[in-house]
Amino acid sequence: MSDVKKVLFGPILANNPIALQILGICSALAVTSSLKVSLVMAIALTLVTAFSSFFIAIIRNHIPNSIRIIVQMIIIASLVIVVDQILKAFAFEISKQLSVFVGLIITNCIVMGRAEAFAMKNGPVMSFVDGIGNGLGYSAMLIVVAFFRELLGAGKLFGFEIFATVQNGGWYQPNGLMLLPPSAFFVIGLVIWALRSYKKEQVEEPEFKIAANSRSQEAL
Amino acid sequence: MASSNDSIKKTIIVALSLCLVCSIFVAAAAVGLKPIQNTNKDLDRKRNILSAAGMLESGKSVDEIFESVESRVVNLQTGKFATQEELQAAGIKAATFDQKSAAKDPKLSIALKGEQDPAGIKRRSNFSVVYLVKSGDSIDRIILPVHGYGLWSTMYGFMALKNDFNTVIGFGFYDQGETPGLGGEVDNPNWKALWKGKEIYNEQGEAVIHLVKGGVDSSDPKAAYKVDGLSGATLTSRGVTHLVQYWLGQEGFGPFLSQLRSEGVQ
Repeated sequence: MSDVKKVLFGPILANNPIALQILGICSALAVTSSLKVSLVMAIALTLVTAFSSFFIAIIRNHIPNSIRIIVQMIIIASLVIVVDQILKAFAFEISKQLSVFVGLIITNCIVMGRAEAFAMKNGPVMSFVDGIGNGLGYSAMLIVVAFFRELLGAGKLFGFEIFATVQNGGWYQPNGLMLLPPSAFFVIGLVIWALRSYKKEQVEEPEFKIAANSRSQEAL
Repeated sequence: MASSNDSIKKTIIVALSLCLVCSIFVAAAAVGLKPIQNTNKDLDRKRNILSAAGMLESGKSVDEIFESVESRVVNLQTGKFATQEELQAAGIKAATFDQKSAAKDPKLSIALKGEQDPAGIKRRSNFSVVYLVKSGDSIDRIILPVHGYGLWSTMYGFMALKNDFNTVIGFGFYDQGETPGLGGEVDNPNWKALWKGKEIYNEQGEAVIHLVKGGVDSSDPKAAYKVDGLSGATLTSRGVTHLVQYWLGQEGFGPFLSQLRSEGVQ
């Protein structure tokens, strides 16, 4: 049971796919300008990761090594197309906003990474749980980033006004940069900093040492 | 185990059966959900037309209100409603006409180059749908589809005019990919509301309405032809000016509208 728990909740803080593994950054930059869209994207990605891991784990003993990446891609791509079709049918407004990014779940490193790293070696149920867990890790990060971007960039949360903006006769001058993709880099960077200050074991060994006599203290 | 998986026979069998299963799965989803998706698209288009015309009412369904709207095809070359023969020759129907695909068909469109193409649309369809709202026999308001290039994207919208074919009732885009918070403010309801009551044509009949930097000075005698530009979005504002002037000008709906003004609807 503790295994399931570890696989399910581990990726949220201890082994977050975005913050620690630095995977799936591209969509985290693109869709996080509003909470609603981020939430739908997070649900879509979680489902795709879970089900693709599940199906890949079922047939893992029959996948020829030479074409295993292609097999994984076909399964992921099929699931993404189905998700896209379902969104177009039942959540048309949101699918218009997400547009191309649903299709780009195919190229999201998290989905592929979990299929290759976990589903190829574990049973279907565990792989499904792993997919959900990593999806949750991705979702948590996406929602944190979207919270700050929408609040500071548009003065809103889920489309409801929190800060009255200057355009609508209020006091808050929205920060336009927060609505543009680069701001997600800053927010993600700050979150990673916070996470690594809290969980020291995530801090990586420095690859290089700063040369002697290049710091002010050393000169004194 | 590993070696038997890697035999050529097994590889081909796995690849083929996987493709087969996945294609059935995907095709079933696509075909099964098609009707719902088409209803959604249709509803979305109708809602946008009605919202440009300011006809959306809470409590009434979009389809219900849309029954009072008549779709007609206009021949942009002659400036008249397309006749039955023209429609048959071109093979189009008012109900299913799609301007986006017609603009790509070389038989149904003309190429625009340089000077001719201020709106950046590259090809213009020879026909266009217009939506008429009638009270009795006379037109009450008319809704025209317009599109053009902004900063990043082609913006698609509807412009609704009063029955003098000059005064704007409403204007809005239903598809655009401009910078959120800057050019994307074309979707801001406060900005869209500025268009109401503006006039398109000056005394010489030229489409002169345009966006201005800063705000419009209400004491300006030409204020009726001016709309506030979007702050921080010079190129999007320029794109909006160009596409409105193009579509309502001589190359677009201009001749058709002046025809309607002088002769009424046949």
